[in-house]
Amino acid sequence: MNEHTVKSYEEELKLLDRRIAQMGGYAEKLLVQAMDSLERRDPKLAEKAVSDDVMVDQLEREVQDQVIVMIARRQPLANDLRHIMTVVKIAGDLERIGDLAKNIAKRALTIAGESYPKPLMTGMRHMTEMVQNQLKDVLDALTALDADKAMQVWRNDQQVDAMYNSLFRELLTYMMEDPRNIGICTHFLFGAKNIERIGDHTTNIAENVYYLVHGVPIADDRPKGDKTSSTLITPRQ
Amino acid sequence: MNVMSKDVDSGLTEKVSVRDLKFYYGSTLALKSITIPLYERQVTAFIGPSGCGKSTLLRVLNRMYDLYPNQRAEGEIMFDGENVLDMKDLNLLRSRIGMVFQKPTPFPMTIYENIAFGLRLYERLPKSEVDARVESALEKAALWKEVKDKLHSSGLSLSGGQQQRLCIARTVAIRPEVILFDEPCSALDPISTAKVEELIDELKHEFTIAIVTHNMQQAARVSQRTAFMYLGELVEFGDTKKLFTNPTDSRTQDYITGRFG
Repeated sequence: MNEHTVKSYEEELKLLDRRIAQMGGYAEKLLVQAMDSLERRDPKLAEKAVSDDVMVDQLEREVQDQVIVMIARRQPLANDLRHIMTVVKIAGDLERIGDLAKNIAKRALTIAGESYPKPLMTGMRHMTEMVQNQLKDVLDALTALDADKAMQVWRNDQQVDAMYNSLFRELLTYMMEDPRNIGICTHFLFGAKNIERIGDHTTNIAENVYYLVHGVPIADDRPKGDKTSSTLITPRQ
Repeated sequence: MNVMSKDVDSGLTEKVSVRDLKFYYGSTLALKSITIPLYERQVTAFIGPSGCGKSTLLRVLNRMYDLYPNQRAEGEIMFDGENVLDMKDLNLLRSRIGMVFQKPTPFPMTIYENIAFGLRLYERLPKSEVDARVESALEKAALWKEVKDKLHSSGLSLSGGQQQRLCIARTVAIRPEVILFDEPCSALDPISTAKVEELIDELKHEFTIAIVTHNMQQAARVSQRTAFMYLGELVEFGDTKKLFTNPTDSRTQDYITGRFG
């Protein structure tokens, strides 16, 4: 694509891209820290994740402020307009991802001293890795303006949902087996839900990348796989 | 006979159909086979860099170029079943396709006479009827309230924005079918510009409008259809919303986002 006649406009767009890339980097890192602190029962790392979320929030505010000024000064059109609007929306999703990761870290702090059934962590770890890859791919798709890759991420979210469904059942089973598990399993359940929500925000980003590239929204309805809201498991009498 | 064609997709009526129009300044080809409709009661905006042919196209639509030697047009401009290029009575044509220019051009006479003058040229009307038509034209041009107590002061005593609205009133008074605006706001301040834009919004309920503008946001605000021209060619023509958010041609995109070259 040709460069803008006005150089400073070009620089502002690049700065915006750098800010969003930085936000994406922090969000990825927060998720890793949160999960590691949960797995290793490392309250120090958990505390770091909780405090690092501030940086994602700060960047979101910077993105917003910059976009408002750009709209006022540049009156962007066509792909520039889509670029700027998309970035604001993506910044919102990344901020939410940061919050959800922070919430996992808080739970890690709470349960750092407790013991829990070993296999629990395996499912959590697996689901987190899936979402981490999704997040990495969507951020790559954004940088490369690769709508096909974004579509791939969008479709893959179904697998995250399927994983969440099975974790949900697994956690309920542990709770029914031994009521002493209920406290910790509830924290894990919320943690798993947070990861599932991070997956949803990742697909929002994928939708926005697609719109940015093509100028039209993705035509299909996203396949939704989270069935937990209609799942009820009761203990055998 | 009325042979206006219907646009199948949008259900719009073509008030003016430009087909395969070529225009020469001497031996220079300034418009290269332009084909474009002007839809009835819609605003069509023409954008493009200086020298792209947008003003030329506007001037061909009501045969303004006939005033100058060595300029000629080929092709067809169908207007209610007749080819504008073949019309003999240019005064009649220009009463049906009116024009407002970049700089306000009031006549050096009273506000009232600025409007009545054109009316008398085309119609014989009793004084009371002329009065009524002058008032209604000034109303339509959103100028009546500002000038009703000084109708007999000179048109030149008005501010630039008021003068431009006076010119619009003058055009509207003779009840044309099409109004051509050639950069009508480029000499106006933002408030006067907003008034003219509001006016264009109103006028489109009665008239078919074409506007040439260098202000992209203005084109986006006032028009329903936009045409992007470059080097005498029509590069892209379509729905204004689409053209300014997701244009099809990369040249359109580069131009409207300020990347040209």
